Amino acid sequence: MTQKAVVAEKKVGKTKKSGADFLIDGLKKQKVEVIFGYPGGAVLPIYDALYESGVFHVLARHEQGSIHAAEGYARITGKPGVVIATSGPGATNIVTGLADAMIDSLPLVVFTGQVATSVIGSDAFQEADILGITTPITKHNYQVRKPEDLPRIIKEAFYIASSGRPGPVLIDIPKDVAVLEGEAEADPEMDLPGYQPTLQPNYLQIRKLVEAVSGAKRPVILAGAGVLHAKASAELKQYAEQQGIPVVHTLLGLGGFPADHPLFVGMGGMHGIYAANMALSKCDLLINIGARFDDRLTGNLASFAPEAEVAHIDIDPAEIGKNVPTKIPVVGDAREALVQLIAQNGKNPDASEWIQQIKDWKEEFPYWYEENGNELKPQKLMEMLHEKTNGDAIVVTDVGQHQMWAAQYYTFNKPNAWVTSGGLGTMGFCVPAAIGAQLAQPDATVAAVVGDAGFQMTSQELGVIAEMNLPIKIIIVNNHSLGMVRQWQEIFYKGRYSHSLLPHQPSFVKLAEAYGIKAYKVTTIDEAEEKMAEAFKTDGPILLDMNVTPDENVYPMVAPGKGINEMVGVKK
Amino acid sequence: MKGILSLLVNNRPGVLNRITNLFSKRNYNIESITVGHSEQEGISRITVVVQVDDENVIEQMTKQLNKQIDVLKVTDITSQSIVARELALLKVVATSQTRSEIYALIEPFRGSVIDVSKESLTIQITGETDKIEAFIELLKPYGIKELARTGTTAFPRGTQRSTNNKSLSIV
Ligand SMILES: Cc1ncc(C[n+]2csc(CCOP(=O)(O)OP(=O)(O)O)c2C)c(N)n1
Ligand SMILES: [Mg+2]
Repeated sequence: MTQKAVVAEKKVGKTKKSGADFLIDGLKKQKVEVIFGYPGGAVLPIYDALYESGVFHVLARHEQGSIHAAEGYARITGKPGVVIATSGPGATNIVTGLADAMIDSLPLVVFTGQVATSVIGSDAFQEADILGITTPITKHNYQVRKPEDLPRIIKEAFYIASSGRPGPVLIDIPKDVAVLEGEAEADPEMDLPGYQPTLQPNYLQIRKLVEAVSGAKRPVILAGAGVLHAKASAELKQYAEQQGIPVVHTLLGLGGFPADHPLFVGMGGMHGIYAANMALSKCDLLINIGARFDDRLTGNLASFAPEAEVAHIDIDPAEIGKNVPTKIPVVGDAREALVQLIAQNGKNPDASEWIQQIKDWKEEFPYWYEENGNELKPQKLMEMLHEKTNGDAIVVTDVGQHQMWAAQYYTFNKPNAWVTSGGLGTMGFCVPAAIGAQLAQPDATVAAVVGDAGFQMTSQELGVIAEMNLPIKIIIVNNHSLGMVRQWQEIFYKGRYSHSLLPHQPSFVKLAEAYGIKAYKVTTIDEAEEKMAEAFKTDGPILLDMNVTPDENVYPMVAPGKGINEMVGVKK
Repeated sequence: MKGILSLLVNNRPGVLNRITNLFSKRNYNIESITVGHSEQEGISRITVVVQVDDENVIEQMTKQLNKQIDVLKVTDITSQSIVARELALLKVVATSQTRSEIYALIEPFRGSVIDVSKESLTIQITGETDKIEAFIELLKPYGIKELARTGTTAFPRGTQRSTNNKSLSIV
């Protein structure tokens, strides 16, 4: 069939349906595997259409849980996570997740109910201006005015969410629009004249980069999550090997390049490894691939990569030059750019001394902690986790010290195995995100590594884990404190622990058991060995409440406002 | 420095909100913003005048605006040869003694009196911002009771000159 014939065929056959039915159709057309949601008045028509629709819906126990689950799913699959929430409080409960997905570039399509068109603006029951509220934290948002617009809007939303720089798209549906019928084509054309993400990098810029590499003495690649979004891990490895360029990862990039590779330097940034921060500080050519030069990575910008010529490959042109002046901007998909760079097969840099230098830094200043008999150090816990899962688990974390220790000690060797809230640093992310990750890969081993404080922010989602018997291994890194806050108060506020100690806790074991989830309390290395081994042999979910050294700090560290070349705690 | 951005946007609900929101989110200062229909149906033209530290900020703004789905085109016309106009309405205290003096000022600025009362004159003036500001300065001593400015609306001239000299308007 010719192109025209296809188009012509599409044009015929308008169907008449309710907004809610168009929505279900749209989800099916997009091959949505799972949606995470929570019903309420304004979405009753949609839930009625869902009933017996065959669309797989997971009932979270809080809307925040549903959106973080969708984020976990999106992070692992690269496909949009789908959420439904009701108007007003349902919609406002997903705000944190939207902000989180926006800053970490996760594709989401979120449907919110809205009060009926006739009463919008009248402070009706459960009315919230969710378009206004979510404008700065969505890649795009819509309010549907007519049911017949839904097929087009849904198609656009999925496309916008997952193309270019991914991000969340919200579709607000007034109740009457879900009920009313309209006539629309099954597969309408998208109407997005203002949206054309650039995928193919400019050849001349690629050439400039090839030239720069060939003349460099101290090149380094900084690889961010853009590499993962572009599914470019294999190309990154091939390129780094071809040119002999060491690779530093951002927190969110972990797994994009194998941690056990000789060219891997480590994670950079506030709690990165000394060698990585020194490599960034001393390099003469910095090739940023899909990272956004976040302040937790760069430290004080005035002293960031002072000797480097900066090249930046990014699908979002606005990221290039935003924080760091850039000599070689390459706008495009990371994979396309790497493929072109590999094809150029430029002259290798003369970097043997540099690579030796980095090796020396790595050897001399590895991550370190002090052991103390049978006491369970959190770092030891992470090493044990790696060992018990053969480094093969999907690790999902919350936010705080345990997150940094997981990033430092788990050593990620494969892509899409690391789910963490980076840009927003959202406590409460872990447990629901683990649900999404497990549903994305039902056969994977999923370890949910969570702090004792963050766990209490979304622990209600244990209900979902129990109900669905998801084999998630929840590991509470229990330091009886808001550890990261406590650490900062110790270091920067003279040990005045203002509201950061959490001695009063429920029994997490009993809590899990109340949900019907097997659980153990662990207090020593020996117990940890035993219970962790058991956990990863258990079929269903399990929770380990693991007491770790309460006053352990994350090191090394770049103090806020300092350059990343000024790390403290690099050695025992 | 001052920067001028000219945008073409889809005339859809929420677009203006997205754009002004972006300015506050990114901590940019808007000096003025005008919105109206463009020559194409369903497409509005927005002219934004911003106060920025340097050109990099304008470049960032342009890129961020371009990311908005409903923004079709962003042109940084700061250093282009443009036609730019603003309209101002001024209600000025006018007594029998000052009235003719004020009229004499309006003349060279090609303003027009659009309302007259016992104590005041309402004057309409259009032109580039500098001209409007000069006119306001001249009228201040008489007592400005009310002032309304539209902000600048602009687009590039039909022919771009090679020099960067801003062409002055002939009203
Ligand atoms: C929603 C939210 N509130 C507050 C913070 C600030 N914060 C960052 S880490 C942290 C402590 C987290 O404690 P816990 O979950 O026990 O993890 P730990 O640092 O002890 O490993 C806090 C309060 C945050 N990141 N997110
Ligand atoms: Mg804690």
